[in-house]
Amino acid sequence: MRFGIVRFPGSNCEQDVAHAVTYLEQDFTYIWHEETSLGEVDAVVLPGGFSYGDYLRCGAVARFSPVMEAVTRFAHEGGPVLGICNGFQILTEARLLPGALIRNEQMKFICKPVSLRVEASCDWLDKPQGTVLTVPINHGEGNYVCDERTLAQLHASNQVIVRYCAPDGSDIARAPNGATDGIAGICNEQRNVFGLMPHPERVTDPISENNTGCTDGATFFTTVIERFA
Amino acid sequence: MCAAELTPERALELAVELGLKPDEYERIAEILGRTPTITELYMYSLMWSEHCSYKHSRKHLSLFPTKGPHVLQGPGENAGVISVGDGWAVAFKMESHNHPSAIEPYEGAATGVGGIIRDIFTMGARPIASLNSLRFGTLDSPRQRYLLEGAVAGIGGYGNCLGVPTVGGEVYFEKAYEGNCLINAMAIGLMREENLIRAQASGVGNHVVLIGSTTGRDGIGGASVLASQEFDEGAEAKRPAVQVGDPFEEKLLIEACLELLERRLLVGLGDLGAAGLTSSASEMASRGGVGLDIDVAQVPRREPNMQPFEVMVSESQERMLAVVEPSHLQEVFDVCTRWGLRSTVIGTVTDTGNFVVRDADVVHAEIPARSLADDAPIYDPAMSRPAYLDELAAFDIDTLEHPVTVEELNNTLLTLLGSANICSRRAIYEQYDHQVQNNTVVVPGSDAAVIRIGDTGRGEMTERAIAAATDGNGRYVYLNPYRGAQIALAEATRNVTCAGGEPAAVTDCLNFGNPEKPEVYWTFYEAVRGLADACHSFEVPVISGNVSFYNESFGNPIYPTPIVGVVGLLDHVDEACTLAFKHVGDTIILVGETAAELGGSEYLNTIHGMVAGEIPALDLERERAVQQAVRTLIRTGLLTATHDCSDGGIAVALAESAIVGGMGCTVTLPTALAPHESLFSETQSRVVVTCAPEDRVCVLDTLCAAAVPHHILGEVGGDHVSINDTEGTSLIDVPVTACATAWESALQ
Repeated sequence: MRFGIVRFPGSNCEQDVAHAVTYLEQDFTYIWHEETSLGEVDAVVLPGGFSYGDYLRCGAVARFSPVMEAVTRFAHEGGPVLGICNGFQILTEARLLPGALIRNEQMKFICKPVSLRVEASCDWLDKPQGTVLTVPINHGEGNYVCDERTLAQLHASNQVIVRYCAPDGSDIARAPNGATDGIAGICNEQRNVFGLMPHPERVTDPISENNTGCTDGATFFTTVIERFA
Repeated sequence: MCAAELTPERALELAVELGLKPDEYERIAEILGRTPTITELYMYSLMWSEHCSYKHSRKHLSLFPTKGPHVLQGPGENAGVISVGDGWAVAFKMESHNHPSAIEPYEGAATGVGGIIRDIFTMGARPIASLNSLRFGTLDSPRQRYLLEGAVAGIGGYGNCLGVPTVGGEVYFEKAYEGNCLINAMAIGLMREENLIRAQASGVGNHVVLIGSTTGRDGIGGASVLASQEFDEGAEAKRPAVQVGDPFEEKLLIEACLELLERRLLVGLGDLGAAGLTSSASEMASRGGVGLDIDVAQVPRREPNMQPFEVMVSESQERMLAVVEPSHLQEVFDVCTRWGLRSTVIGTVTDTGNFVVRDADVVHAEIPARSLADDAPIYDPAMSRPAYLDELAAFDIDTLEHPVTVEELNNTLLTLLGSANICSRRAIYEQYDHQVQNNTVVVPGSDAAVIRIGDTGRGEMTERAIAAATDGNGRYVYLNPYRGAQIALAEATRNVTCAGGEPAAVTDCLNFGNPEKPEVYWTFYEAVRGLADACHSFEVPVISGNVSFYNESFGNPIYPTPIVGVVGLLDHVDEACTLAFKHVGDTIILVGETAAELGGSEYLNTIHGMVAGEIPALDLERERAVQQAVRTLIRTGLLTATHDCSDGGIAVALAESAIVGGMGCTVTLPTALAPHESLFSETQSRVVVTCAPEDRVCVLDTLCAAAVPHHILGEVGGDHVSINDTEGTSLIDVPVTACATAWESALQ
């Protein structure tokens, strides 16, 4: 399977995604932000980083890039799209996913492993509800917010895919970044577009066993490989 | 046509205003054979400043060993480079950004990171890791908390955006740094050996191309006004001399420059750091033995009406200078445009050996390029041994009241674990992206960081890894400059060893007060001598570094603080070792032995509020043997945890391994010392290791064969840190959770 990894000038996790899919013995190609066509790819990943510097709202400029028109078409045709961290921010700015990501509640950048509870499945994650995964977060603006109607809609159609939780899977009072309802990742109604703040590509290669003691990130990629390869 | 001339009197006045000494001015006039112009005086004042010329330190820096089997590039370039095997090489260097950070912590620290990262990719290496060594005053002052928070946010804000993981470092809080914090940043880059490039200009007729940001008035005089003077009441007014960083622009520069180098489109590449265009251009010309003709009218500006001298000395960040053959010029422009970067021809390489600065037709400077870069005077200042040394060394620690009962000792341990210098650094390193690039094997929080060697973006992976650590105990160096500097190297190499790395090379950042004060200069000389002797003994060369003088405020110098950064090599990434206890029932062994050495210790500092006494002894041969034995054990896969035993002594080392591992230990200390001595003494050349019980005999045999002293301490298990003496009397007995609470919450 061939992953298209979009490269904005300020992307900095594109090689992490490339490494994860290579580790899973899949093919990949980088797609430059000025491209108007995605080429022959089976899935698209918007990686983490700082797309165009993001001195303005994260992803606010990226949504207007030529490549995002192509990504939007691909998504509307049912192609699997994954946005990780800055990629998630861009997907919300491009209105491919609802809501927005604002500064972390404590106004500081956070890099650490967190526990995620699977709430529902989509094209990028298919684990029993309640499964706990350990995946690192790494962001300054990952505090998910949306209006109440959107939140009700997200819950009603099971679009909340992963939530921050305690290591045993129980609820925690506040998400590490203050996210509404502890939301870490959501999908669209068609379930092919998925965005999350944590970085599964960093816990795919077992080198990470020394960091987090697990390789829980692989499942995000193997799910889409099983469904679309 | 030439620029308006100064009268000799006015020229001398200006020279002195710019920080030059009258005899330095005379020398400049002699080199030029005439009265210098304004632009020339600005250029000389920066290039001959302490910061750029090392005029007070150069003589003694030659004591350092600089060659070794791994060294591809020693000092004198933007960064040193060592071979790490299989055709891969790493470039690394450490540099200070103390003075800007003391005035504006966020931007000062951020541009410190930006500057050191530019030094790395200038060599053709992709930056793969950064570390930092920070010193502040004690945190009871709001100003110090502001400096800490600002500096940490700045380091994170810059490094996180670049996608370079911040993997390690250290921070200490001492009153001595209250008026002058230290921000030392170290960066490491990875390249194929054949891609190594040097910052040299060559090829008469080649273009000189400025790449990156526009040039403004920011940072004018950064090297002379800020970095080469002490702080006084006017410090706040120096804020305009602090540069402002743009990490996104730097990210673009990294990608564009590495692409240009890989496609072999550049003859030479240099970054614009301290003293801006003046330093970058004159150093490239000097190294290449050529002249340069620069037209400031071509330099893109960010503000109007800039004088030629302002353009030449501006320290606007995120700019690079490239030398390009005419046939490659269009391709260079195309690559830069693709990355959204400005690139402008601002001059040409000439055969005159002269550095000519013109504004269109008007010549503003014409200087032998070598004289700027290499002919600064070399001073050998007066030295005198400070009187305080004997007085502090003579202090009798036994006159103090020490903890004796288990309750007192428990409380002492918890106080130490919760002290600013020992507690967990999690609150800091969680603000740094330490995993990007997917090669971080050991994350911050252990003795050293471990990074896998490989380019994840291209699938060019290896089994190899490097370990990196920084260290430097200012209190020790203050009390004994020679031995204190040796201990800095011993601890940094020991940290690298504990992670499984074989120390390969060193970078250093020597932070001292005003070198024109004989007592300060004596400590500098002694520290350099100590560090050099230790480097010779350990056979690790110094391949890069930086000297930062004038770290004083209101006449009070900081502790003399040489910071040492060590990079070590691991043949196999799976050998990487961490400090956490891993398995209940593992045997705990102390490699090395404990003596009563509490002088300069954290115990004395935290519990008694004192910095005094004789600092621990250091036997370089013993240190080498201990480290060698630990590495052998790690390589044979016999150890499950390793932890350097230093600040706070063995009690703190055991507690840290217990906290991070989430399991306790029961230990019997083998010495007949007083409880506070056996628990908190900071004797050097000690490592706490653990192994599976079935491997114990094998480990002990190896240690015996290496003729290294060692003792079985006890075993991992339970939920208490429990330490007894040989008679079975309990010295320490505290729950791991209590240790964790004290250790984790202090910096939150």
